[in-house]
Amino acid sequence: MFSLKTLRTGVLISLWFVFLTFPLMVIKVDPLERIIQWRWKNALLVGIGTFLIYLVVQYLNYRKEHQPPAKVEDTKDQVSFIHKFIADPIQRKLLFGGLLVIAAIFPFVVSTYQTNIMITALMYVVLGLGLNIVVGMAGLLDLGFVAFYAVGAYSYALLNHHFGLGFWEVLPIGGGLAAIAGILLGFPVLRLRGDYLAIVTLGFGEIIRLVLENWSEFSKGPSGISNISRPGFLGMELSLEGSILYMYYIMIAFMIFTIFVVNRLQDSRLGRAWIALREDEIACQAMGIDKQKTKLAAFSLGAFWAGLMGVIFAAKTTFINPASFTFLESAIILSIVVLGGMGSIVGVIIGALVLILLPEYLRALSEYRMLAFGAILVAMMIFRPQGMIATVRRTYRFQKK
Amino acid sequence: MSNPILQVSGLTMDFGGIRALNKLDLDVHAGEIVALIGPNGAGKTTFFNCVTGIYTPTAGDVLMTRPGDKKPISLKGLKPNYVTQKGLARTFQNIRLFSKMTVLENVMIGRHCRTKAFILGAVLRNASTRREEQQIAEMSYSLLEKVKLADLANELAENLSYGAQRRLEIARALATEPHLLLLDEPAAGMNPQETQALIELIREISSDGQAILLIEHDMKLVMALSDRIYVMDYGKKIAEGNPEQIRTNPEVIKAYLGEDVDA
Repeated sequence: MFSLKTLRTGVLISLWFVFLTFPLMVIKVDPLERIIQWRWKNALLVGIGTFLIYLVVQYLNYRKEHQPPAKVEDTKDQVSFIHKFIADPIQRKLLFGGLLVIAAIFPFVVSTYQTNIMITALMYVVLGLGLNIVVGMAGLLDLGFVAFYAVGAYSYALLNHHFGLGFWEVLPIGGGLAAIAGILLGFPVLRLRGDYLAIVTLGFGEIIRLVLENWSEFSKGPSGISNISRPGFLGMELSLEGSILYMYYIMIAFMIFTIFVVNRLQDSRLGRAWIALREDEIACQAMGIDKQKTKLAAFSLGAFWAGLMGVIFAAKTTFINPASFTFLESAIILSIVVLGGMGSIVGVIIGALVLILLPEYLRALSEYRMLAFGAILVAMMIFRPQGMIATVRRTYRFQKK
Repeated sequence: MSNPILQVSGLTMDFGGIRALNKLDLDVHAGEIVALIGPNGAGKTTFFNCVTGIYTPTAGDVLMTRPGDKKPISLKGLKPNYVTQKGLARTFQNIRLFSKMTVLENVMIGRHCRTKAFILGAVLRNASTRREEQQIAEMSYSLLEKVKLADLANELAENLSYGAQRRLEIARALATEPHLLLLDEPAAGMNPQETQALIELIREISSDGQAILLIEHDMKLVMALSDRIYVMDYGKKIAEGNPEQIRTNPEVIKAYLGEDVDA
């Protein structure tokens, strides 16, 4: 089953991993005692662990190769369980109804702290769905998504600070400004493709952050803007708990609205054009699709959602500064989309919940968060490049009358 | 006689120091099937790319007169999508279908430039959007019936056979309601039966009054279909005429078979 050669490769891989993790796992500097601890036991454990995992993977491969070939697999079998489940209208209604009830009573069952975390998670769900329009549907890799998030957040913070405008007034303004920012950025850069577009959007994200950080007269620089008012409920001031509860329901409503819109976009003339554009730009243009307009629509729609979430973020935390809008945020939102499954609405929702909630509940392991993050992404790319919940594109079914 | 649908005059295209097209003139009249032939590398596809806006020609002009128009409009330098909107649709030599979309959806993409629902329409899905969507689907389906792909409508385009993919490209181009259809080597890689079926299909499309300009190497198809033939070599037009004239033209024979050493 295991030839000498595979065993030798396994040993080499284990040694390589020991070497890679050496600085992290073995060396520990104690700054108080001014000594370095060498934790050799860890190296041994890493080595043995890696070797065992390698053996398991090899064994699974071996089993796969030597199994009698399965019966011709129906393509239906590759569709993930959830999609199969919601394909049936009764089951779908039951599931959605159940989720809605759970969502409605959730804040009364758990503590305010939990509700607060859930609000954050829901915000990332909506951000993920917004980026999903750009990356998943239109296939434009955007690494500067957080810039539009920042535009929304600062619109609210500044308008509230200087003019005393309320949450509901600024919400559409923030979204609109972000969408305009999306169009302004989009015009020059959308002729770029793939990696080039990614680099330019990455740069744009950094530019926005640096401007906010350094243009102190405008944005108060790194010290940020504080005392942003929370959304008022019919003109009433709410207590802290009350406003968290209110925020939670606003987010639930927003998520449903977003799912509804994204879902409709997917099945429209525009959604079709996005998919076609992703597949072959030249053929698309030859079929009369305006490349610029279609891409800008995707870009500004994504930006619009980021802007809305920015306003909500500012209202939720009541304090913002440029440190909230680093590249890491963009990376997290992109990971949500990639991990959950590009183009898949269910996937993005689950991806966001997993990526945002898991670290909150695994605070004890927070030291290793980034490590785990990287490892998960690498593992996903190798074993499940289509994401946790692969997208099932609903194709247009035509019944002849 | 009315203006030709497509009137190309003095079309020249330079790539650096290479002149791919040299002062080419070509007309297509309503209801005609015109073929453009020539040895490999003669510049036929470059000509298509210049006319459809993928390249901007160095010199010359591309004029189009749509039925009902008094004055011709210039297509030179327009982006490909505007050219298609004006009524010029093309297929590609190397098939460029949207392989992950269904056969029907491929044709529906062709309807894009004749319909207009945008973000608001998509989100609200109001009555006019639904009606438009229904019309898109119905018209696309009837085009599929025309090219005999209707029973494969819900299949992914990449799963079609080669000949079927070629027919799908034609259906997709027709969905844009072109005044002139440009076919770039529609019979390339087809077996004799498929070519025969294609000849009949093109005849049928043409019998609806559709003007067609095609590039083709398959002489059987060219001779069977064309009203007029243009022959190109090294970016220049070397002959023009009906199939009989072209068949016996010494210049054409020279370009295709090479010069006789003894002559």
